[in-house]
Amino acid sequence: MRGRINPITAIAATFLVLVAVFSIFGHFLTPHDPYQHNLLSRLVGPAWTEEGSSEFLLGTDRLGRDLLSRLIVGMQMSVGVALLGTMIGAVVGTTVGFISGHFEGWVDNVLMMIVDIQLSLPFILIALTLLAFFGNSLTLFILLMGMFGWETYARLARGLVLSAKRQAYSAAIVSLGATSARLYGRHILPNIASALIVQLTLTVPAIILLETALSFLGLGVQPPNTSLGQILGEGRDYLGSAWWIAVFPGLLIFSITLSVGVVGDALRDRFDPTLKTRRT
Amino acid sequence: MTQAHAQRADPLPDTKTPLLRWEGLSVPLPTGADRPFAVEGLSLELNRNEVLCLVGESGSGKSVTALATMGLLKGEMSRTAGAIHFGGQDLTSLTPDARRTLTGAQLSMVFQEPIASLNPFYTAGAQVSETIRTHSAASKAEVYDKVLSLFDEVRLPNPAQIYRAYPHELSGGQCQRVMIASALALDPAVLIADEPTTALDVTTQAQILNLMLALRDNHETGILFITHDFGVVSEIADRVAVMRHGELVEVGLREQILTDPQHEYTKALLAAVPKLAPRAARPVTGDPVLEVGGLSKTYRSGGFLSRSRREVKAVTDANLDIRRGETLGVVGESGSGKTTLSQCIIRMVEPSEGQVQIAGQDFLALHGADLRAARRRVQIIFQDPYTSLDPRQKIGDAIAEGPVIHGTSVGEATQLSHDLLAAVGLDPSAAERYPHEFSGGQRQRICIARALALQPDLLIADESVSALDVSVQAQILKLLSDIQEERGFAMLFVTHDLRVASQVCDRICVMQQGRIVETGAPDQLFANAQQDYTRTLLAAVPGATRVFG
Repeated sequence: MRGRINPITAIAATFLVLVAVFSIFGHFLTPHDPYQHNLLSRLVGPAWTEEGSSEFLLGTDRLGRDLLSRLIVGMQMSVGVALLGTMIGAVVGTTVGFISGHFEGWVDNVLMMIVDIQLSLPFILIALTLLAFFGNSLTLFILLMGMFGWETYARLARGLVLSAKRQAYSAAIVSLGATSARLYGRHILPNIASALIVQLTLTVPAIILLETALSFLGLGVQPPNTSLGQILGEGRDYLGSAWWIAVFPGLLIFSITLSVGVVGDALRDRFDPTLKTRRT
Repeated sequence: MTQAHAQRADPLPDTKTPLLRWEGLSVPLPTGADRPFAVEGLSLELNRNEVLCLVGESGSGKSVTALATMGLLKGEMSRTAGAIHFGGQDLTSLTPDARRTLTGAQLSMVFQEPIASLNPFYTAGAQVSETIRTHSAASKAEVYDKVLSLFDEVRLPNPAQIYRAYPHELSGGQCQRVMIASALALDPAVLIADEPTTALDVTTQAQILNLMLALRDNHETGILFITHDFGVVSEIADRVAVMRHGELVEVGLREQILTDPQHEYTKALLAAVPKLAPRAARPVTGDPVLEVGGLSKTYRSGGFLSRSRREVKAVTDANLDIRRGETLGVVGESGSGKTTLSQCIIRMVEPSEGQVQIAGQDFLALHGADLRAARRRVQIIFQDPYTSLDPRQKIGDAIAEGPVIHGTSVGEATQLSHDLLAAVGLDPSAAERYPHEFSGGQRQRICIARALALQPDLLIADESVSALDVSVQAQILKLLSDIQEERGFAMLFVTHDLRVASQVCDRICVMQQGRIVETGAPDQLFANAQQDYTRTLLAAVPGATRVFG
C-alpha cells in the first residue's frame, strides 16, 4: 500500500521536479537571452493575446526582454537563495536548539534571550541595517536569508529536545551507556525530524516572499541578476498596461510555495513509521 | 442529603425493572482495526441499588461499553447496533439533544485519570457548582451549600478550603473525590465509574471503594464499576460481568464468579490474580552486587532572589544491599521516593549524599567514559512500555544497541538480539518490526531483552508490570524470575503493589515519605509488621484475605 499517492501530492511533486530541473539546467533552457534588451519589442503581450507575438510565449518586459527566459533565471535565483537560506537557518537553529535543550540552565537562558531579541525586531530592519553597513553582495544576501527563521528552529528544536529527553526511551538509552551524541543524533533527531521538516516547508516559501520584498525595495538581488521578486517588483508599475509582467512571477511564487507545503505534509506522513502501518 | 434524594427528577424506571438494560449492543471499530467490533452483542442489565463490576483485560470493550452508554463515542464507533434501554426509552434511537435531556442528570460518569478530568483553570468548587447550575435554577448560596455538603459526603477534609482549591493543589485521591462529588451533584440514578481507583494508591483506593458502597446504600444508585482488578471486584461487587474481545463471557453474583467460575477465561483471569502470598524462601549466598549507604536526595527550589527557598527531601538516608541472584522489593505509595531512589542508583538523578557501590565499584565516583562503560552493569526496565522504546528504531536494533555501544560487532549483536528475542518468548522475526506493532506485554518483553543484552549485574524493574493486564503481568513476572534463575543477576523490584512484590521478592523494603521504614522477608513482614504504616498498607490491599479461583 506504500505506493498509493494522493493525486494532489503527485501534481505538486511533479511541479517541484520541473522547478528543480529548470533551476538546475535553466541556462540551457531559456528560449532567448534573458538579459538582451530589445527596445523594438517592448511590452509585447503573451503569445495568445491580441498584443502578443509568437516569438515571445509569455511576452516581454519594459526593456523588451523575453519574460519566459527571465522567469527561468529568476526562479533559479529565488529557489537557490531560498534553499541555501533555509538550510543555513535550519542547521544553525536546530544546533542552537539542541545545545539549549541539552544543557538547560544558564546556557539555555542566554541562547533563548538571543532568540527573543531577534523575534522582537522586525527582520526587514535587521536586513536593511546590515545591507547598509556591508553593502550588497549575493553571499551576504544569502547569509542574511539564513538568519531569517533560525530562531524558529531554535525554539522548536529546544522544545522537542526537552520533551524527547524526558521520555523513558532516552533514559533507557543513556543507561545503556550511550554518549550524548548518540542519543541526540540517532534517537532524538529522527524522532523530532518530522516537526522540523514541516518547519522547513514553511520557511522555504517565507524566504521566497522575503526575497521578493527585499528585491522590491531594491535591497535584494541586484541587476543584472534577477529573481522572481525583482521581476514582480518591476511588473507592479505596469499592472494596468502589461499585466503579464507581474502576474506570471506571482503565479510562479504562489505555485512553488503551495507545492512545497503539500509535498512537505506528505513527506512528514511518510517518515512516520506509525502512520505507515496504519495506512495499510 | 436525604432531601436532595427525595427530589430526584423523573422520569425514572419503577423499582422492579432494571435501571439500565443493554440489548444486543454492538459497537463497530474503524476499518483496519484488529477486529470488526469493539463490543459485540452485549446483553446485560444494571439494577437499582447494585454495584455491577464489568471486568476484562485491556481491549475487552469495557470502556467502550461505558462510552456508548453515555453517548460519548465519536466517528465510526458512534454507529452502534442494538439497544440501551433507560427510563422506558431506547437511548440509541434518540437524537443527541433528546438523549442529553433524558440522561444529563440521570447518568453520570467518573473517569480513570482524576487530574486530567478536571479543568486546571477553575477551582474544584466552581466546577462542581457549574454542573449543578446548568441543571437547576438554585441560587448561588444554595449551590454553594449543596457543593459543600457533597464534598462532605465524599469525605473531603475541610470542604470550604477544597472548594477554593485548584486541581493541582489537590492529591489524586482528592481530585477523584471531587469528580465523584461532581457526578453525584445531580443525584444520578446511574453512576458509571471507569477504573476510578486504578491511578490511586491502595490506601486511597480502599477509601474510594468504601465511598462507592456508601453511595449504593444511601442513594440506591446503580453503579457500573469498570475494573481489571479482581481484588477490587471482591471488595465491591454485587454482580460481576466478564468481557473478552468485546463479548460478554460470563455474568453472575460475586461469590459465584469468584469461587465457582464457569468459563475458562474467567478461570484463567482468576488464576492470574496476584495473591498476597510470600514466595518460597530460597537461599541467597551470592556476593553483594549493590550496596547503598546513607543515600539522600534533596530537591531545592528558589534562588537567592526568591523569597521562599524550599527543600523537598525525596529520599532520606536510604541503606540497602542486594546479593547476586536475590530480588529486593521496594514498596511504597506514590510520592514515597521509591522511583527517586532507583533513579539515584542508576544515576539518572544525582544523589545529594551517600554511597552506591555496584559489584564493589564506587558508582558515584565515575564520570564521563568510565561512567558510560560502567552503566552496562545496571539496567532498568520502566513502567510504561509505550514510551520506553524509541518509536523509530527497529526492535532488533534496539536490543543490539547496548552491545554495539560497548564494542560488540554489529553482526554478533544482531545474532544476540535474535537469541534474546527467543529467550523472552518472541519470534526472532520481530527484530525487523517497530515498537508500535507490539502490545504492551510484548514491548515489556522487548525492554527486558534490551536490558539483558548487556548482561547486567543488577536489573532494576521500576513498576515494570504495573501497566499490564493481570494475565500478562503474571507471564512477565514468571519470565523475570526464570531469567534471573538462569542468569543469576540481582534485581531491585520497585512497585506500589504488595501482592506483586510478595510473589517475586526475597526481601521487601517499605518506603514512606522518602525513608525506608521497614525491611524484611515477605513472610515475616506480613505476619509480623513492626510499623503501623506497613500494617495500613497490608490492610488496604484489595481482596487481601481472599483466595481466588
